[in-house]
Amino acid sequence: MEIFWYIIISVVFAIFFILDGYNFGTGIIHLFFAKTEKDKEVIAKSAGLFWDFNEVWLVAGGALLFMAFPTFYASVFSGFYLPLIMVLWLIIFRAIGLEFRSQFNFQMWKDIWDKSFGVASLLLALFFGIALGNIVRGVNLGGIENGVATFELHYFFLPLWNSTFSPLSETPGVIDWFTIIIGLISVVTLAIHGANWIILKTNSSINNNLKSVIFKLNILLAALTFISLLVWQIVNPNSLDNFIDKPYLIIFPVIYFLGLLGLFFIKKFKKDIYGFMLSTLVILGGITSSLASLFPVILPSTNNLSEPLTIYNTATSEYGLSVALGWGVIGLILIAIYLIIQKKLFSGKVDKMDYGH
Amino acid sequence: MEDMIFYDRLQFAFTITFHYIFPQLTMGLSLIIVYYKWRFLKTNIEKYNNAAKFFMKIFAVNFTMGVVTGIPMEFQFGTNWAKFSELTGGIIGQTLAMEGLFSFFLESSFLALFIFGEKLMGQKLHFLTGFLIFLGSWASGYLILATNAWMQHPVGYEILDNGKFVLENFSKLFSNPWLLPAFLHNQLASLVTSSFVVASIGAFYILRNKSIEYGKLFLKTGVIFGLVSSLLLAFPTGDWNAKNVAKYQPATFAAMEGIFETEEAGAEIVLIGQPDMIHKRLDNKIAVPNILSFLTYQDWNKQIPGMDQFKEEELPDNIPALYYSYHIMVGLGTIFIAIMALAVFFLWKKKLYTLKPLLWAIMFLVPFPYIANITGWYTAELGRQPYLVYGLLKTSEGVSPTVSSGNTLFTLLGFVALYMLLGLLFLVLVGKTIHQGPTSQKH
Repeated sequence: MEIFWYIIISVVFAIFFILDGYNFGTGIIHLFFAKTEKDKEVIAKSAGLFWDFNEVWLVAGGALLFMAFPTFYASVFSGFYLPLIMVLWLIIFRAIGLEFRSQFNFQMWKDIWDKSFGVASLLLALFFGIALGNIVRGVNLGGIENGVATFELHYFFLPLWNSTFSPLSETPGVIDWFTIIIGLISVVTLAIHGANWIILKTNSSINNNLKSVIFKLNILLAALTFISLLVWQIVNPNSLDNFIDKPYLIIFPVIYFLGLLGLFFIKKFKKDIYGFMLSTLVILGGITSSLASLFPVILPSTNNLSEPLTIYNTATSEYGLSVALGWGVIGLILIAIYLIIQKKLFSGKVDKMDYGH
Repeated sequence: MEDMIFYDRLQFAFTITFHYIFPQLTMGLSLIIVYYKWRFLKTNIEKYNNAAKFFMKIFAVNFTMGVVTGIPMEFQFGTNWAKFSELTGGIIGQTLAMEGLFSFFLESSFLALFIFGEKLMGQKLHFLTGFLIFLGSWASGYLILATNAWMQHPVGYEILDNGKFVLENFSKLFSNPWLLPAFLHNQLASLVTSSFVVASIGAFYILRNKSIEYGKLFLKTGVIFGLVSSLLLAFPTGDWNAKNVAKYQPATFAAMEGIFETEEAGAEIVLIGQPDMIHKRLDNKIAVPNILSFLTYQDWNKQIPGMDQFKEEELPDNIPALYYSYHIMVGLGTIFIAIMALAVFFLWKKKLYTLKPLLWAIMFLVPFPYIANITGWYTAELGRQPYLVYGLLKTSEGVSPTVSSGNTLFTLLGFVALYMLLGLLFLVLVGKTIHQGPTSQKH
C-alpha cells in the first residue's frame, strides 16, 4: 500500500513538473530570447492562460503527501523552511507578473512585470532542481553535532549553505556544489521544455531560432548530465544498487536518455509536438530515475546515528492508506476525464485566443 | 518557545485571514451565477446570460487569488506546524487531499470551459459547467469544514503509543455532529457576502447612472438572496452552532458569551460589555436576564457554567479577542437582517431604485459581511484554544520543533509585503471588470 501511494504521489509531482515546468521554461526563454513586443506578449500568453490549472497539481501532490506520509511531510517542510517559503513567494510573484502585465498598455509597466515573470521562473527552476539535489544527497537528520542530536531523529534544519559548499560535509547546507549542478540541470531542462512549448503553442517569430537554441542547450544538458553522473557516485555511492538488484528499473534512465538523444534531432521534426514530448521524457526520466535510485528511502541521512526516512517509517496507518485508495482512484479517473475535455477545447495555437480573465 | 508559538499563530492567522477573503465570495457567488444562467435558460432574456458571465469574471479573479494564497496554507501545515502534521496528518490529510482531488481540479477545469467555451458548447452544457463549478467550490467548503470539525470535535480516531492519531473510522469524519451545522452556517455566511457584493455593484451602477438595467437586476437579486441567507444564518444555523459549542466546548461557550461567574439559575445574555481580565468581570454591561438559558436549552432557569467553573488551562488563552469576535459577528449579522429586510420592503413598495440613502448604505456596507465572516472564524479558532485538536493536542505541542521564531517573523513580514501587492492587483482587476460593465465582451 505504501508503494502504491509512493507511485501515485510521484506521478502527480512529475505531472506538476511537466506542466508547470513548461511555464518556468517559458519564463526563462522569455527573459533571454523574446525581443519584440509581439513575441513577448504571445509568449507570456502561452504561459498565462494555463498557470493556475498547473498549480492545482502542486496542491494535490502536497495534500496527498500530507495524507500518506505525514512524518516525511512534517520533517521535510519544516527542515527546508526558508527555501520552501521562498518558493511560495516566487510562485506568487510569478503569478502577479503574469496577471499584472496586460492590465495597462504602457511599455515600462509591461517590461517590469515581464522581468519579474522571467526572473521568478528562472529561480523557481533552479530551486526545484536544488530541492531534488538535496533529496538525493540527504540531510543531517536529527541535527547531529559531535555525536549529539539537536532534534528528534526524524527532524532536521538545514542552513542555506555552509562555508565549505561541499555535499560531503557532516552538516551540509541547502546549496552546495552538488545541488547547484542538479539545479543547473533543472534550469537547462526546463528552458528546453519551455522552448518546445512556445514552438508548440505559438507562431512567434523566434520559433525557428528557438530550435537551434534547444540544440545548443541540449549539448549543455548532455555535458551536465555526464558530470552529474560522476559526482552522483561520490555523493551517494549506493545509487546504482537498486538498478543492479532490480534491472527493470533501468527503464527510467533509458527514458531520460531517449529524450536527451531525440532532442538532438529537433531541427528535423515535422510536427511541433515531438519536441515537447521528448523534453517531457527527459523530465519524467530524470525524476523517476532519481527516485528509483533511492527507493524505498525518500530522504537519506548524512550521519550514521539516524535512520534514513523511508516510505515505511513515515507512512500513516494501513487503514488510512487503503480508505484513501478508494476515493483516490475515483478522483484520478475524474481528473483524467476533465483533462480530456480540456484538451479538446484548448488544442492549437494561442495567438488568437483572448487573454486572461 | 512562547515567541515561536506566537509568531507561528500570527503568521497562520494573517495568511488564512487574507486567503479567506476570496473563497467566501466564490462559494456564494457560484450559486448566484448558476441562478442567473438558469433564468437565462428559462426565459432566453440576454440580460441574465450577461449577468452570469459578468459575475464569472469576478469569480475567476477571486478563484485565482484563492489558489495563490491557498498554497501557503497547505505548506504551512508542514513548515510551521510540523509536529501537528506528523501527529494528525493521517486523519486531516484525508479530507485535505480529497479537497485537492475533488474540488480544485473540478473548479479549475470547468472555469476555463465556462469562460472560453460558451459558443463551442451550447447553452445547456454551459449551464452544466457553471453548475459543476458551484459543486466544486461547495465541495471544497465541505471538506475544509470536515477538517475543522475534526479539530473542534475529534471523532473516528485512534491514538497510537507514539502519540500519533490514525484513522479508525473514515465515515465518522463525515457524520461528525459538528460538521453539518458548521458547514451550513459557513455556506450561508458566504452567500451573505456574495449577496452584498452583487447588491453593492447594483447600487453602484444605479447611483452612477450607467448600466442601469443591470444595476436594478443585481440590486434585486442581491437583496432577496441577502435577506433569505442572513435570516437562515441566524436561525436555525447560528443557533444550532451555539448549541454545539455549549455541548462540546462548555469552557469556550462561557468565554465567548462573557460569563465570568456562574449564575444561580438562568444565565443572562450579554449585548454589550467589555471583558475586564484583571477583575474577572464585564465592564459597562448591558444584559437581558435568563435569555441565554432559554436560547440554548429552551429553559429559562437552566444553569450555564461560567468561566469560574473551569481550570485556567482549559479556558481559551485570549478571552477578550474571542468575546469581541463573537459579539461583532452576532451584531453585524443582526444589522444585515435589518438592512436587507428594509431593502426588500422598499423593493416590494417599488421605491428601492430611487431611494438614494439606502443605495449608498448598501454600496458601502460591502466590507462588513467580510468582517462578519472573518470574526466568525476567529470565534471558532480562538474558541478552540488552547487546543489544536480539542481536548487532546495543545497548540503549543503542534509547532515545528526546528524552526526558530526569528525565521517565522522574517517570513511573516515577507507575506505581509507580498500580500499587499496581491491585494492591490486584486482591486485593480475587480475594479476594471466592474468599470467595463456587464455587457463588455472582454475577458
